[in-house]
Amino acid sequence: MTRGDHIFRAAREAAWATLVVAGLGFPIIAYRAEPDFNNALMLQARWPLFFEFCLAAFVLRFALALWSGGAAKAVARERIWRKPGWLGPVALAVLVVYPIAIVGALGPQAALKWVDTYGVQILIYVLLGWGLNITVGLAGLLDLGYAAFYAVGAYAYALIAPATGLGFWALLPVCGLLAAFWGFCIGFPVLRLRGDYLAIVTLAFAEIVRIVLINWDVVTHGEAGLFGFPGLNFFGLPFIPGPRGFAAHVGLPFAGVHKPIFLYYLVLVLALAANFVSLRLRRLPLGRAWEALREDEIACRALGLDTANIKLTAFALGAFFAGVAGCLFALRQGFVSPSAFTFSESALILAIVVLGGGGSQLGVAVAAVFLVGASELLRELTFLKSVFGEDFDPAQYRMLLVGLAMVGMMNFRPRGLVSTREPTIRLGPEPAK
Amino acid sequence: MEIFLQQIINGVTLGSIYGLIAIGYTMVYGIIGMVNFAHGDVFMLSAFIALLLLLLLTQMLGLAAAPAFVAAMVASMALTALWNYAIERVAYRRLRSSFRLAPLISAIGMSTFLANFVTVTQGPNNKSIPPMWDDVIKITSGGAYDVTLSYKQILIVAVTGALLAAFWFVVQKTALGRAQRACEQDAKMAALLGVDVNRTVALTFVIGAALAAVAGSLYLLQYGVVKSSDGFVPGVKAFTAAVLGGIGSLPGAVLGGLLIGLIETLWGQYFSSDYKDVAAFSVLAITLIFMPSGLMGRPDVEKV
Amino acid sequence: MSARWIDDPILRVDALTMRFGGLVAVNEVSFAAGRGDITALIGPNGAGKTTLFNCLTGFYQPTSGRIAFSPERLDAEKIERLTRSARKSDGDTFLLERMADHEIVRKARLARTFQNIRLFQGMSALENLMIAQGRSLSRAAGFSVLGLLGAPSWRRAERAAVDRAAGWLERIGLTGRADDPAGELPYGDQRRLEIARAMCTNPALLCLDEPAAGLNATESRDLADLLRAIRDEGETSILLIEHDMSVVMRISDHVVVLDYGQKIADGSPVEVRENSAVIAAYLGVEETDEPAAEAALAESAKTGSDAT
Repeated sequence: MTRGDHIFRAAREAAWATLVVAGLGFPIIAYRAEPDFNNALMLQARWPLFFEFCLAAFVLRFALALWSGGAAKAVARERIWRKPGWLGPVALAVLVVYPIAIVGALGPQAALKWVDTYGVQILIYVLLGWGLNITVGLAGLLDLGYAAFYAVGAYAYALIAPATGLGFWALLPVCGLLAAFWGFCIGFPVLRLRGDYLAIVTLAFAEIVRIVLINWDVVTHGEAGLFGFPGLNFFGLPFIPGPRGFAAHVGLPFAGVHKPIFLYYLVLVLALAANFVSLRLRRLPLGRAWEALREDEIACRALGLDTANIKLTAFALGAFFAGVAGCLFALRQGFVSPSAFTFSESALILAIVVLGGGGSQLGVAVAAVFLVGASELLRELTFLKSVFGEDFDPAQYRMLLVGLAMVGMMNFRPRGLVSTREPTIRLGPEPAK
Repeated sequence: MEIFLQQIINGVTLGSIYGLIAIGYTMVYGIIGMVNFAHGDVFMLSAFIALLLLLLLTQMLGLAAAPAFVAAMVASMALTALWNYAIERVAYRRLRSSFRLAPLISAIGMSTFLANFVTVTQGPNNKSIPPMWDDVIKITSGGAYDVTLSYKQILIVAVTGALLAAFWFVVQKTALGRAQRACEQDAKMAALLGVDVNRTVALTFVIGAALAAVAGSLYLLQYGVVKSSDGFVPGVKAFTAAVLGGIGSLPGAVLGGLLIGLIETLWGQYFSSDYKDVAAFSVLAITLIFMPSGLMGRPDVEKV
Repeated sequence: MSARWIDDPILRVDALTMRFGGLVAVNEVSFAAGRGDITALIGPNGAGKTTLFNCLTGFYQPTSGRIAFSPERLDAEKIERLTRSARKSDGDTFLLERMADHEIVRKARLARTFQNIRLFQGMSALENLMIAQGRSLSRAAGFSVLGLLGAPSWRRAERAAVDRAAGWLERIGLTGRADDPAGELPYGDQRRLEIARAMCTNPALLCLDEPAAGLNATESRDLADLLRAIRDEGETSILLIEHDMSVVMRISDHVVVLDYGQKIADGSPVEVRENSAVIAAYLGVEETDEPAAEAALAESAKTGSDAT
């Protein structure tokens, strides 16, 4: 095939792609319906945007066709990336120093956002990701209702703390156990189901939980949610200004950042504990049974493994960590409402696990930092608003990209970004790095 | 009694729409064994396409409402079919031999993408059109409450019935139907015998999308409002309908749709409208747990 | 020599029937397997062998019939008593049709392999063998609590399990590939690994579904040696489905023949080989396989007498 043929062919492919994109983009990109002052929908034409999309499709497809044709179908070789040994300790050191360094660099006022939104929020998602990873990544049970367990933890704290006067130290495990109990209850009826049906039933249960939260006004205050429950304190010292507060006791000037810093370390310790438990369990019969279940359920049964128990423990332990994370969420936000626990929250956590590559702890953490951190960063970039208009909300683009990333992962790297499965036990020596 | 009758009429209307969407789920599940999670969002997208086309035809070309609606519906069928063709090509085709949950995860990703794509391009708010074609037939009058049947409702039920009959014919009698059933039984064997599996699967997605577009247009006509998050709940309900009817069964999907529509409206009327979605979700969970082969499906024997 | 399957059976199947809708896959089949024997279950395709296996190992619930099993001693009176009660087991005597699959493996100590190999493909060969020992190990891990804390008793138990697995790996010649994913091993190795994995559950009866399928001549011979060695150790009896007549005749002590879901012959390899119903089933039913079946029977006549 000559070079000319090659280019002609690529151009033809690109022309087709452009036609398809034009069909897809008309009228959904080319026009936008907005209500006018009479509340009647009027069309706004956006042809330039439409043509930009078509042009982009042409250029991308053309480049792809040239590249893939030119590379003559190089055999796709999975590059094996081994985690260097120093990575863990270094990452841990960075995480421990992070809030102090930020406060030192920016001062307590400006650091607040960096500790709270980036630090605490991302770590909660890391904890959620590691929890769901047990159910989905290790045991291979697709749980589409994970946000329900997260909600159970959050509401458990918000309801029990004011009613009993118990502090969060006592309530953290309670929230976890309650969520685990729910995981057990939801896991029980779905034991016999095949993978995809199981996923759909967990989704149905989670939606039922959410609808109940919205409508059971007497207890949950509906959409408005619960607030005013007791917040975080430092071993009995509240984070308030004045002589009774934490700052006065330790002789520091009061700063709003103290509470997030404390919460940060609390979440960090709990997340590391979750990591420790997951890693250790993988080497124990229970964890091995989870992975075996993911590989082949029938073979598990033929080896005398009680698959019902294995599934229930995977559900319950995953839910336990979601409950703990929910409690931390309530402490961070100071209020809980059903809108934080929608299907799209479950999908986001699932995306973190999927992008992390079923089973890899590091991958999940990286995916959490990327998915949550990147969209928060997008929010910071105010110039985007001047480009895309005032009502530009990066959160919408986040979920759009999350969706595309999940599709892309399944198609190109179904085993995940950072996934080379290491055996949990070796007979021979470690392979050379 | 009048209220009951009225709710039956409303339930059948709603159920017809669910049934049309459910056919898309059931056909795709039948042929490649995949829960096409994004199908509800395809339905939502089709309603948006119909809405935009309707506005385009009435505002820019000055067409009357009725012909504009029919034209918008037909065009939406074509464009939505193109969308679903592209989706199948990009997101699912490669995954048929991947691990068992890969297509479902990809479909969840696609669902998330579509919902947010429409949010980004059209905004998150309700889009409502002025009511059209509001004539009704009074079935009872003089009582405490007039039971009415609108022309729209008749249209919706008639279109659903006609389409079901047409597709029943396609699946039973045509080459496409034979190819579909062959792929259902054994895709590898079908391919060896000269059935173009890729084309058959693609056509299945195209047909499913076209029916979803009919449902989307009729939904818009009946309720007059659509928003970008409208794919999820109707999608799950239509999936419930497919499962309840027996996944893989075409008449089952429509029967399931009617049942779900009735359960939802009656539940909303007599128990609690706040919890009407709970009824549908509970039916879904109960069906999957206790009778996964549904009312008209074939039982699934575990192969060891 | 009197037949062990009559004097000292480990497994007794009485009038077992399995129906799928209108199809009767197994019809009133009765037979016994002797303790310490290698019992072969043969028959043309579709004879109901795998279905019978699935009933024995609890994957299917038989429509009717009784499956009595005892790793120690099967006593007719005890079986009758147990049948009249509603219990699943009495001491070391079990009624398998009343038990769930995982109980059959754990309590009655029956292990099986599959026709289409079912290894945990992504996990290493060693891990496959460790999972098979999961039951005893998880007791040592104290419901994971002791294991999480890294208690010495757990470490000892783990080391013992690794040693046992390593012993099996050596026996099947896979020591060098212990840490490779099972799915990447050659086909013959996978077959043997699956047998080793079943053996790691410490079974009293090992049920093998076509263990020689897809193996070449050398591999089949190695497999036959392995199975004989397992039998000769005296801890484990073997029940196998096999199409390869040379393997069947060479190693089995007892052959049960099924055709169309019914038992048509039962006896020593020599008896079965000369049974006219068996010859008819193999030669008459599947016309395309005729020369092959004839050859197989002739071949087995030679090798079978060599071996015994």
